[in-house]
Formats: sequence, structure tokens, C-alpha cells
Amino acid sequence: MSRAPNETWKLGAAALAARVRDGRVSVTDAVESGWVGPASMWEHDVNAVAHHDAEVRREAAAGASGQGPLAGVPVLVKDNLCTVEYPTTCASRILAGYRAPYDATVIRRLREAGAVIVGKGNMDEFAMGSSNEYSAYGPTRNPFDLSRVPGGSSGGPAAAVAYGLVPVALGSDTGGSVRQPASFCGVYGLKPTYGRLSRYGLVAFGSSLDQVGIFARHARDVAVTYAVLAGEDGYDATTRLGPAPDVSTFAAGVKGLRFGWPANLWAQGVDAAIVAALERSAIALERAGAVRVVLDFLPGTYGVAAYYLVATAEASSNLARFDGVRYGFRHEEAADVRAMYTRTRSEGFGPEVQRRILLGTYALSSGYYDAYYLKAQRARTRIRREFQSAFAQCDFMLLPAAPSLAFKVGEKTDDPLAMYLSDVFTIGANLAGIPGLTVPAGRTSENLPVGVQMLGPEDSEPNLLRAARALEVGGDVALLSTDEDPEFVWPTKR
Amino acid sequence: MAYEAVIGLECHIQLKTRTKMFCGCEVEFGRPANWNTCPVCLGLPGALPRTNITAIAYALRLGLALGCDIRHESVFARKNYFYPDMPKNYQVTQYDLPLCEHGTLPVVVEGESRTFELMRIHCEEDAGKSFHPERVGDRRISRLEFNRAGTPLLELVTEPVLRTPAECAAFLTQLRKLVRALGISDGDMEKGQLRCDANVSLRPVGQSALGVKTEIKNLNSIKGVEKGVTAEIDRQRRELESGARIVQATLLYDADHDKLAIMRTKESAHDYRYFPEPDLPVLRVTDADLDAARAALPELPWVREARFVSQYGLPPYDAAVLGDSRELADYYEACARGGDAKLASNWIMTEVLRVRNDRGWPLEKWAEQVPAPRMRAFLDKVAAKELPGPVAKQVFAWMADEAGSVDELLALHGIQVQGSAEDLRPLVLQVLDENPGPVAQYLAGKTITIGYLTGAVMKKSGGQAVPQVVQQLLAEELARRG
Repeated sequence: MSRAPNETWKLGAAALAARVRDGRVSVTDAVESGWVGPASMWEHDVNAVAHHDAEVRREAAAGASGQGPLAGVPVLVKDNLCTVEYPTTCASRILAGYRAPYDATVIRRLREAGAVIVGKGNMDEFAMGSSNEYSAYGPTRNPFDLSRVPGGSSGGPAAAVAYGLVPVALGSDTGGSVRQPASFCGVYGLKPTYGRLSRYGLVAFGSSLDQVGIFARHARDVAVTYAVLAGEDGYDATTRLGPAPDVSTFAAGVKGLRFGWPANLWAQGVDAAIVAALERSAIALERAGAVRVVLDFLPGTYGVAAYYLVATAEASSNLARFDGVRYGFRHEEAADVRAMYTRTRSEGFGPEVQRRILLGTYALSSGYYDAYYLKAQRARTRIRREFQSAFAQCDFMLLPAAPSLAFKVGEKTDDPLAMYLSDVFTIGANLAGIPGLTVPAGRTSENLPVGVQMLGPEDSEPNLLRAARALEVGGDVALLSTDEDPEFVWPTKR
Repeated sequence: MAYEAVIGLECHIQLKTRTKMFCGCEVEFGRPANWNTCPVCLGLPGALPRTNITAIAYALRLGLALGCDIRHESVFARKNYFYPDMPKNYQVTQYDLPLCEHGTLPVVVEGESRTFELMRIHCEEDAGKSFHPERVGDRRISRLEFNRAGTPLLELVTEPVLRTPAECAAFLTQLRKLVRALGISDGDMEKGQLRCDANVSLRPVGQSALGVKTEIKNLNSIKGVEKGVTAEIDRQRRELESGARIVQATLLYDADHDKLAIMRTKESAHDYRYFPEPDLPVLRVTDADLDAARAALPELPWVREARFVSQYGLPPYDAAVLGDSRELADYYEACARGGDAKLASNWIMTEVLRVRNDRGWPLEKWAEQVPAPRMRAFLDKVAAKELPGPVAKQVFAWMADEAGSVDELLALHGIQVQGSAEDLRPLVLQVLDENPGPVAQYLAGKTITIGYLTGAVMKKSGGQAVPQVVQQLLAEELARRG
């Protein structure tokens, strides 16, 4: 099937790279496709992009090799990944105008694979949020319903992939910040095993939880991008040694794979459309030859508490460097250093970031450390064990990515706890260091995307991607290894 | 009431690794401000630490030399506090699970051998430097310099086992000697390569419970430690004797004015909010790492000094001076082995060290100009009495600046040493003939006049004769006339 040139923006990353490599599409046309065609009509309403520069983009395209697994593929990266040619501000006033003097390792690997960075994705400030409403650049909107949020904190990259600006985008996932927006925006969203993707150049939020994640409209593109990015990095001592698992088997089907079905996990409080999508997905996996294993898996409710203690404790320390001394925003009228710190940080950080710094500082304070931080670490060990025993019975499990569909802008901003609880299905993977993948699972009658999540043990990305591909073709094994990707169901402008 | 001081030291040793503790920037001095920096040691957003394994190897070397228990799995931690020259506003250090614990340092204090127990040794990163305040127009500004930021440090903490300022000084002198011998630090306190804070408390003699302690910072020389601790002991004694209580505090010592100033009291103490550094894995030390560190251990300075005493018959004082650095001790041994060891000690302790001090030469520079074999050849000639004292000193001075053997130098400068009996006998006979009075006195039993006669021969030789040879010839000739 051939497409008209003006439909280049619809292509997936692998398909686009193939056309660039064999010369059917120029790098410039590939990179510009999202900025000139029908996709370009969206950005004004969606606000997915925090920084971009047409001239820089064109120069980058002109200088790109046109070779490699991501040849000519335009990529939007979250504004907390360091890039030399665009500001890196974490959507925060405190980093206003900051430019990193170096590229993050994942950025370097993207460039080496032929990709072109087209800008920085909007996000919740310092990746703290689940709705993309806490941004110095204003909220990002969900392209499927502009009155709704795209999810967060990687809402910009998720939305940009959904409306067609780019076929692939990078986010970061500390407690679900890739998987939840992927489900809200109807795209794939992978959080790899902790330590598989380098964090060097990812502005830290919760160092022991953070992973760079991948958004795409097709399972194949997630696999191709993962293969480019994954692997040991001498600049990140927490990367896993040795070669990353081989995901080129993503089209190998799921025959014989066992998937866990922890039905009691969503007994209450999960949107009916999501429960229905889970059931449809399970049937599709069974149709493709996978075996359903009913799991009695109900990790303790302490997960959210443990997560918010560990994440905020680490954040309180990680964000201490933003003090106005060396870079970024500085309050200029303070009388002395202490006042400069206080006023810079009070005015530079938004309310949600300040809330979490205070929480984390408290959790680490002398006299409270054992009761909060240490206990949270113990809970974490227990959660890891609970996952391990679940994965003794299955190769991966199927579960919701979030309890609800994309909610309305402004619906939860006054209730931080409700916002925190929307992470309940995603934080487990970060606490345990295991991979998770959100896959699109259809639309509601109002055309709102529904996603489901799969979690597997460490280094199970190949199995997660095999399952994702099986679901992408509706469980039809005959279509598994076709070269063409099924058509993505695009949002329609209201 | 009589009081006893209880002192614990906290020493920071700057390691002389090529690169910094957690990044690849070089550790070197004299570069322009902020030259040796990168995203990691500047604490830029997104940068991550990676551990310098040489620094760990050096830490193991020190730990093994001091007989510490080495932890096979130790943990880096973040110490959180705000300071403008600390790039991340936390320091990566170790806290409850340090690399080394326990161990002892043997020290000779005022002629008595002692061993002082240690609490721990761990690795950490140094901060940058602040220069303040400066006035620019109507504003006061501080300058920040990060070349030092991230330099590897070892922190060594003693148990509260020291009692006197002299013990503190001896402890530091020995520690400095050790780190130099191990080749892990230059240990120069003036350059901040060895820094020391002291915890001081007083208690009535005979009481076992510890009193309230204060911490003195900014002690940047061994003399400074001695004086600072003395000043604080005196201050606490005066307070206690006047019935006051000691307030737990951190003090700064001003060496120029011999004064202590209170920096902060316990009420304003930091809560460092230590927690394990999530950016670094557990630091694992294998048996192979320990074997490698053990293999890199030189003969320890106190062992070597004892050997200098037993093998070369040196007085303990000489052994301690020559054992001050590995380079000096090596140089000494190369000069002394198989020769006149005490003569070598005398010349090196007085003359070589004088050149080093007068000219500001490091020993390496001296050893480059006068390698041990050259020095040894010189010493052998002195030992064989072929060089009279003044000539020897002259030759030694030439050696520092000129090339050539002793004989070549003498020839070059037109000096003929009249050392042999055949050279000197005519002078001796001449002097005897010219001094009938003293000769008669000598022959009459007043043998002390030989000194006068010796002097006369020396004068005639232009100072180039060897006095011992002259004396012997005189005795022979006088006996012949008697």
C-alpha cells in the first residue's frame, strides 16, 4: 500500500525510516511532515510542545545522515531531557532559559540512530503531576477531547504522538508518567526495566524510580526505539550491565505465553469502559494462543504511601540544586544568600513541586527517617516480592493503566490526594523496577481512548512487546508479522 | 579540681588521584577558575556520579595499613545542606555503612609508643571554594570556584582517645607520614591536602563519663591544631572553674590571632537528612580488590623506621626524620646500604634537607640532580677521608648545580685535595722545622700542642688537607724526633 506524500505525517517511525533510507522521503520532508500537514492544525489547541525552533529543526534535518534504524524520524522529547539545541526547563520557572551544555545519553543515541529532535514536550513541572496542568507553559489538552487532560506528567509527548506531530516521543516515568498519559491519549507507552535506559541527562525527580519511556502509535515503533536506546551507559552507574533483551521478536506471537488476570485488582473503582477493554484484550490474547492465569494479586494499599514517601524524599534532595546560584531563575533583590535561596525557590517552583519538596524534606528529617523513609523502603521490598511471586505463575499480567479515562481539565487540581490515587496501578512497577507497557484498547462511544497496561518481570520487554503486537492486530495471528502497521485511529477535530 | 581533656580528631585527606571522585575531570591546581569542571561536578541538572575506582583503591590501602575492618558492601549517602559552593546542595559521602571501621594508628609521643584507636574511614567528594565578600559598586558579592568540587577525600575519624595537644600533633604528623608513604596524598596541610577538625571536651580526672564537647574547625597546620586545641582546653577549663557550663558548639580557630570564635551552637545545628545515594549502586569490594590493595602497600613508615634503627644503627630521631616521606627514606637507603649509614644520615638530614628548604626544592628535584649513586660516591669519598670537611661541603654545594664526578668537580674548580701522606709529608716536615718551640713542648709531654701544629699544616695546605691524615703524619714524624 502506498500513500500520498502528504500523508507522510501518518507513518510510523519504522515505516518512515525505511522510506528515508531508500530515498523515497527526504529527511527534511520526514521531519517537517508534522509541522506542515493536517497535524499542524492541532498544536495551537493542544499545547504539547514547550520549546521548538523551525530554523534549528531544519538545520538538524539538513545535517542528519538519513541512515540508521530511526533515519529521518522526528522525535519530540520531554522537557526534562537535556538537549544542547533547545532549552531544558522541566516546564518550571526556576529553569527559565536554561540550556544544557550536553545531550542526555538517550538523546545522543537517538541522533546516532538517525532521528531528529524537533523540540521539547510540555509536561507537569519537574514531572510532578498526573494531568499536565502544572506547567509553566500552561496545560496540555487531550487531542481526543480538548476539555480533558492528556494525563501526566509526560502529557505533551503523549498528545503529540496522538495527534500526529511525531511518530515517536520520549517521556519519563517515575510513577506512571508515561503509561497513564499513553492510556489517556490512546498510544503505546513503555516504561522499561529500571536501569535499561540511561538516566544521564534526565533531570532527576525520584532517582530510584525514574526511567525514560517511549511513546509511539505502533508496537513495532516502540520495539525499534527501545532497541536504539536500551543498554549499559558508563555515565549512569545504575544502568544494568550487559546487552539489553532482544525485542526484535515483537512479531513472534504469544502462543504459550501465560498472562496473569488479577481480576480482584479492579473489583471496585475502575471505569467500566476500562474493565470491558481488559476483557476484550484478554480474549484477543487467548485467541492468539496465550493462556489466561487467574491471579490472586492484590498488593497492599501501602503502595501509594510508600511511593509518595520515596519519590518526594529523593525529589527534596534532587531539587536542592535549583537555588539560583549557578543557573536558571534567581531572585535578584534578596539581601543575603539565605533570602536569595528562599525567594528564588518560593517564586521559581510551582505549588505542587513545593508541596512535594516539603513532604520529602519532612520524611527524611532526623527523628522521622525510620518511621517514613525506612518504612517505605521496607514496603518497597515487600511489593517487589509480591510481584516476584505473581510472576512465578505468569509471564506478564494485564491490568488497568489508570482507574479512569482522561478526566476534565481542572477536575482534580484542588484535590492532590485524588490526583495521587490515580497512580495506583502504575507506581508498583516503579517501586519494583519492572517494565510496564500501556497499549491502546479501543475507544468509548465518545471517541475517548481506552488503554490497558501490561506488567512483566525485569527484562520482560520482549514478551510485553509480543503481547502488544498481538493486541494491535486484534489477536489475528495471520497479521502478526506483516510489514504494514494497522491504521491508527486518529482524533477528529471537534 | 583537676580536669582531663578528651579529644577526637576528624581528618580529611585529599587523594592525589588523576581524576575527581565522581567524574572524569582532572584534579590539578593552578588552572583558571572553573576550568576543571563538567556537568557532573558542577551539579548540572541530569548529571549523575560515577565512582572513581582509584580513589576506592587508595582508601583500601589506608584502611589496610591501619588494620581497619573493610566492609565488602558499603553505601554512599547524601548529606543535604545548602551552601553556595556545594553544587548539588548535597555532598555524596558515606554515613552508616562506611568502607572502613576500627583500626589503629601507632604514634610515638614524646618518646613513648602509643596506639590510637580509629572509628572509621570513608570516601567523599570535596566542595568548591567561596571567595567573599567582595565589593562591586554598592553590592557585596561572592565568587565561586569549582575546580576543587568533586575532588576525592577520605574522612578519617578517631575515637575520643587523645588527651593532649601534643598527642594531636604527633597523631597528625604520623598520619601525614603514612599517607605520603602510601602514595595516596601529599598531605600538605597548608595546601588543604590534609585538614583537621578537633572535638574537645573536659572532665574531672577520674570521671569516666564524657563532658560536653565542642568542635573546632579551620585548623590548617599541625602547629595550628596544637594551638587551637590548647586554646579550647584553656577556655573550657576557665568556664568550668568559674562554674559555667560548656555549650555544645562549633568553633572557628583563627591562627593569626590565636582566637576561637563560635560559628554555631547546637540549636542551630544542621539536620543533614542523610539517605542512601540512589544514583550509585552499593560499593562492592571483592577479595581481589583487597589483595591488589595489599600488594600495593609499601613497608609502613613505623616498620621502616624501626628497621632503620636496627639495621643501620641510627638513633630513633634520625630514623623519624628520614622516614618522613617514602621518597626521602628510599633515597636514604639507596645512599646508605652497604656504606657508612650514619654518615649518610648526617649528610642527608643536615645538608640535603637544607638545600631542599633553602631552595624550596622538592626531594625529587634534588634526587634528579644528585641521584643516589652520585651521592653515594661522594659519601664514600668522605668516609675514606679523601675529602677534608670544608672541601666536602664545597663539593656538595657544586653537586647541587653542576654535573660531574667528585674528581671532575675538583679538577674543574682547580682544587687539589692534599689527602695522601706523600702529598702532605713535605708540609708536615716544614711545619715541624718552623716551630721548634711547640715541638719541644710536645716532646716534653705536652701533647696538646699537636693541635696547634695540625692547624699550621692545614693553613699551609690552604684547607685542602684531611686533618686526620695530618695528625697521623705529625705523630709519626714527632715520634721519629723524640
